[in-house]
Order: sequence, then C-alpha cells, then structure tokens
Amino acid sequence: MSALFRLTLPFVFFLIVNNVCAYDEPVKFNNIEHEERYQALIEEIRCLVCQNQSLADSNADLAQDLRKEVYDMIVAGKQDEQIITFLVERYGDFVMYRPPLKENTWLLWFGPFLLLSLALIIAIIVIRKQSSSDYTEPDMDDNQKQRLAELLNEELGKGKDKE
Amino acid sequence: MIPELGHFALIMALVMAITQSIFPLIGAANGNQAWMALAKPVARLQFLFVSIALAILSYSFLTNDFSVAYVAHNSNSLLPAIYRFSAVWGSHEGSLLLWVFILSLWTIAVTFFSRGLPNYFLARVIAVMGLVSVGFLLFMLFTSNPFDRLFPTPADGGDLNPLLQDFGLIIHPPMLYMGYVGFSVAFAFAIAALLGGKLDVSWAKWSRPWTTLAWMFLTLGIALGSWWAYYELGWGGWWFWDPVENASFMPWLIGTALIHSLAATEKRDVFKNWTILLAICAFALSLLGTFLVRSGVLTSVHAFATDPERGVFILILLSFFVGGSLLLYAIRAPSTKSGGQFKLFSRETFLLFNSVLLLVVMSTVLLGTLYPLIVDALGKGKLSVGAPYFNAVFIPLMTPVAVLIGIGAIVRWKQDDASRVWQQLRLLLFASIFIGVTAGFMFYEVHLFRTIAGIIAASWVTLTSLAAFKARLTNKKNKLAALQIIPRSFYGMTLAHIGFAFCIIGITITSQHSVDLHERMAIGDSVEFAGYKFVLDKMHVVSGENYQATEAVVNVFKNKRQITTLRSQKRIYAVRNMPMTEAGIDSGLMRDLYISLGEPLDDKAWSFRLYHKPFVRWIWLGAIFMSIGGMLAATDRRYRLKVLKHKTTLSDKLATST
Repeated sequence: MSALFRLTLPFVFFLIVNNVCAYDEPVKFNNIEHEERYQALIEEIRCLVCQNQSLADSNADLAQDLRKEVYDMIVAGKQDEQIITFLVERYGDFVMYRPPLKENTWLLWFGPFLLLSLALIIAIIVIRKQSSSDYTEPDMDDNQKQRLAELLNEELGKGKDKE
Repeated sequence: MIPELGHFALIMALVMAITQSIFPLIGAANGNQAWMALAKPVARLQFLFVSIALAILSYSFLTNDFSVAYVAHNSNSLLPAIYRFSAVWGSHEGSLLLWVFILSLWTIAVTFFSRGLPNYFLARVIAVMGLVSVGFLLFMLFTSNPFDRLFPTPADGGDLNPLLQDFGLIIHPPMLYMGYVGFSVAFAFAIAALLGGKLDVSWAKWSRPWTTLAWMFLTLGIALGSWWAYYELGWGGWWFWDPVENASFMPWLIGTALIHSLAATEKRDVFKNWTILLAICAFALSLLGTFLVRSGVLTSVHAFATDPERGVFILILLSFFVGGSLLLYAIRAPSTKSGGQFKLFSRETFLLFNSVLLLVVMSTVLLGTLYPLIVDALGKGKLSVGAPYFNAVFIPLMTPVAVLIGIGAIVRWKQDDASRVWQQLRLLLFASIFIGVTAGFMFYEVHLFRTIAGIIAASWVTLTSLAAFKARLTNKKNKLAALQIIPRSFYGMTLAHIGFAFCIIGITITSQHSVDLHERMAIGDSVEFAGYKFVLDKMHVVSGENYQATEAVVNVFKNKRQITTLRSQKRIYAVRNMPMTEAGIDSGLMRDLYISLGEPLDDKAWSFRLYHKPFVRWIWLGAIFMSIGGMLAATDRRYRLKVLKHKTTLSDKLATST
C-alpha cells in the first residue's frame, strides 16, 4: 500500500460516505432457488426515488433498504406473490415494472395483439382486393413461366448494368 | 457582444427559413421560376447563419463565458476542453441548436445532390424543410435561447453532468440527430409529392437514398447510445426500455418499415399511399421523440432538461406538422392510382406484412411508453411499464419479422409458386433448426428454449439471406464477373440482414446467459466466477482533471494464467460533488468481463459487482453491419449516376407499364 494511498484514503472515504449510503454488503444465500428468485424480483421492482431504475440497478438508500427487505422476506420463506402483494399494498402498482393485469391495464396487455390481428386482417383484405382486380394471368405452363421469369431477371440485370 | 451576434445569427436564420419556406412553395404552386429558384441560395444562407450560431456557442463554451446562462449551467472552468466543446449539446438549448444545425446540413445536402430533380419538386422539398426549421427556430428563440445572458455573471459555472463527461456525448447525440432529423428529408419528399399531387415511382426513387442514409445514422446513433449506457452507467445493462430510448427506437422501427416499403414502391409501383404514410409517421415520431425527451413529461434516466412551457410549444409544433401532413394526405391519397399488381403469394405481400408488423411493434412501444402518462392523466392510478412488459410483448411480435425476412428474401416479386419456395426454404429451415438445437444443447444448460429459438431465428435470417445471394450467382458462367454485376444495394441488403441476425444472437445470449456476482473483496482477496479468477491487486487514488477517483485494480486469471487487468473507479467530480462509477471492461467477441466498484464496506473491504456477459458485442456489431449495409444501399450506382444523367431505365419502364 503506497504512502499516498494511506494519506488520501480517509479523505476519499469521507467523500464517498457523505454522498451515498455505505451499506452495500453483498447478500449471500444458502439456497440457489432463493438467489434466483431474489435476482428476478429486484429486477422487476422499481426504485421509487430514482428516475427510472430497478432495485437491482440502483444505489439509492431506499433501494438498498428495499433490497434488504426483499431478501429478508425470501429467506423467511415468503412466496413471490406474497412479496409483491406486500410491496404493492405499501407503494401501489407503481412499484412494479410488470403492470398487473387488471381493469386499467387491459388495453396495455391486449392492445398490441388486438392491433396485430386488426392490421393483418386489413392487409389481407387489401391484398386480395388488388390481386383479384382486372388482372388475368396469361395462359402458360410452368416451364414457360420459369423461362419468362429467367428472361425478365436477365433483362433487369442488364438494365441495371447499363445504367 | 459575441453571444449577441450568435443571437442575431439565429434571428437571421429564422428570416432565411421563413423565406425558404414561403416563396418556393408559392412559386411551385403558380409556376414562378424565380421564386422557386430562391430555395437553394436561401437554404444555403440559412445553413451559414445556423453554423455561425453554433460556432459562437462553442466559442462561448471554450472561452468559459459564464455570462451566457446556458454555458454557466452546463460548464465549468475545470471542465476539460473536449467536454466543453461537446457540452454545447449537453442540455436542452444546445441540443435544439444542434437539431436545427443538422436540419440545415441535410437541407444543403439536398440542394447539392439533387440535380436530377425537377425544379418545382426540389423547391417544395426545400420549402418543407424550411418550414420545419421555422418551427424549431421559433421554439428556440421564444422558449430556449442558448444565448440568454445571466446577470450577475457567476464566477464559475455549474458544470456538465458527470454522466455526460464522456466520449459518448461527443458522438452519440450528433449521430442520433443525423438519423432523427434525416427523416425530415423523407418527410419533405413525401409532402412535396402530395403537394404536387403526382405520386409516381420517381418520387420513391429520389427519396430512397436519403431515407436509407437517415436510417443508417439512426441505427448507429441508437447503437452508440446503447454502448455508452453499457459502459458508463456501471451496471452492465445495454437497453433499459427507458422512454428516451423508446423515443429513438420508434422512428427506427418505422424507418425500417419505410425503407422496405420504398423499395417495393420504386421497384413495383405498389403501396404508394402506405409508403407516404410511413414517411410522415417516421418524421412524426422523430418530433414526438424530441417532445418526449425535451418537454419534461417523462421522468427517466436520460431526461436532463424539463420544462412544461416548452412542452406545450413542442406539442403545438407536433400537432401542426402531423395534423397538417395527415390532412394533406387525407385530401390527396384517395386520388392515387393503384400501380403494379401482385398476387397474394409474392414478395410484395411479405414486405407489406413485415411493415405492418413493424408498425404494430412501434405502436406497442408507443403504448407502453405513454400508458403510464395517460393512466395518470386520467386519474386512474399510477403505474410503471418497464422491461418485463416490453420484453413480454416485443419478442413475440418480433419473431414473425425474422421469419418473414427469410421468406421475403426468396419469394419473387409479383407472384410466386408456394411449392417452389417451400422446396427452396425447406432445407434452410431444417438446417436452422439443426444449428439451433445442436448449439443450444452443446453450449448451454439453462433457458434452453429461448436460446434455441434465438439461434434458430438468427440462422434462418442468415441462411436465407445467403441463399438469396447465391441465387444471383447460379447459371452464371463467370462467378467473379457475376459478383461485380450484383448491385451494391443487394450487397447492402444482405449485409444488413446478417447484421440483424447478429443482433438476435447477441440479444438472446446476453439476456439469457449473463451472470453476475455481488462480492465483498479486500486487497489480496480472490473470487472464482464464471470460469475466471479475479484477484483484487490494489486500491489507489487517481486524480483526473476535474475529479478524484478511487481505483480498484483487479487481475483476472484463467487456468492460472493472467489474461487481463481490469480497473474500475469510483469518481467524485469536484464541482457537483457527485459520485460516478467507471466500469472496468475486458471486451471480447465471445464475452465481456465487466467489473464495477461498489461502496466501501469497512476500512478494508469494498463491494464489487462482477459480470460475465457472453456475446454482448454482437449486438453492436450487428448494428454496425446494418449501418454499413445501409451505406452500401444508399450509394448504389444508380443513385450516383442519376446525378449525371437521368433517363428512364428498363426497370422503371417495366414497373410503370404493368
């Protein structure tokens, strides 16, 4: 350890401790399933004091406290649903990045798929309408069609070269 | 005195912009050649004045002129010179100036590279771009003047947000704006075509290279933003579905639909109205993006400027441009004659499906972004819509896009035989499934379903693109000559589609197989993680120009051999007294090792976060391929030659005569 380091370390510590809460102790699980659930949960819970960060990403004091609470609940054997219910009761739906499916989110969850169906139906109607209108296929057998396609391709290729 | 000159230059730019929009429009309407001819020189003058304004603002930053409020709020005498320069667009007023500057840059590019365009058409294009400029200059002069003075003059400035004191800020915003604002060219072409009432193939041909270029810049801009967030924010994320990211992603989705729809319009004289609508939509979304980011309606990690008064102004601008162009569209579109015919089973159909899908994806992103605002505004509660929602709806909607890319590459224009296509695709489909399943089971143990699905999708896109490419070489005697005959745009398309496949691989594997570890480490401690051994070698203090940092030096070993040294810093920026984490990253094609220094736990140990992120580079690599592809397509021979001579080509004749 260099002398400079020894001398300046307290100063740097002071600055950092003053700015953010120093509580950042890594959490340890005895149980891999608990750990995975913890990780998945804190990624879906919103830090309420940050602009737009999950608990997993945030360094704010509140986020650290909440992480601790989630940790305690998981270790205490609570299920994900119970933890979410607890958090939503305390902070409202705002705390969850995955909006619950209920009356005011119905449009949010089903809207995209309704829109998709609607858009595809319209697209098919439009295509059918135009492909059946005043256009008749010349009477050709498959060989002739193939030959025509080849000729056309060749011709198009040439046209581009000359351009 | 000098900042006042900048202010004056902006006013002059406004005068030019007004002239540029009014006279050519009227001239084009009643055939007055002199008035139309005004468009080019006035647009160039506008560019000159906007450049002067930008130069003066940069000068004020470089000379630390804190009597200018914008400089005082966003710079500091301690700020390194390079960031003083990029701080010009570090906040609201300056980024608007950058917006207008880039708009005028695109405008003069149009004046120089448009010799093939008819006078009346060019006049209208430049006039529409002038009109957009008028809107933004008014906005700047009335609500966000970057040259406003501050009295009394502070002794020093408030400094640039440390997050922005990075190489990323120098290039990300200009690139993104080149994309955003570039769609104003496509928009101007569309409006000019609508005003002229003549929607023909030539309009699509003129507008195509510009649109592709804008799309290329936007692709690069978004990728740069993602990369920047990844290394700068310190928790290894590369996409957050943050409203600000969505704001740039929505025009990209529509821009992608637009460049494909334009291809069909140009080649086959189809979807003319649809393409016009997409062009309007792409630009509307660029404006909406500006509105979302700049108005303060959102609270997000990126929004640095918030002010509701400005929001109302942008909303008025947005309504004017979107409302006005949709009204024009509603009047003119019904009279468009339908062009080329095609059967249900044809490339046209697949292109249309894909652009419809992209529109639906965009609407979903829009819905998710605005939903919390709408619900809140209606008093129906507060909720958050975040990554879990977007991933849940985005992935199922994007999967068919990948499937359709493959089919679209093989199917012929106009009509095709389903059994022929199936015969050609069958083998590729089986090969993709084989690759996906084999690679999945060989390399991975968890999240197998998603991993395999992702690899199949990427293989499918790659193999079908290569097959379409190979089809161009079959029945050719001299393969080398055949390679030279293939148009550059086709190379571009193939490369871009393969780039998309790279993105799929990167996104899938990084999302499913990244691992991280939160660990306490003291000097000398070592941690085994993801097959590597991390040893905390030392902690020391580093001084930067305007910050003090504690740096952790971590040696990384694999199989007892040291492979790299990672350095992660906790910086304290002097002026704002704000902590920042600088991640230590060892990047590689197959994986990134990423460490970020946390907080001190006691007098000896610190907390660390270690991340192993496989294939994360492929996401940006894919975006780079897409951009190069766009570049190749935009500089295709026929667009370059069109400048010298414009004659109807055989493909045009064919397309219009059918």
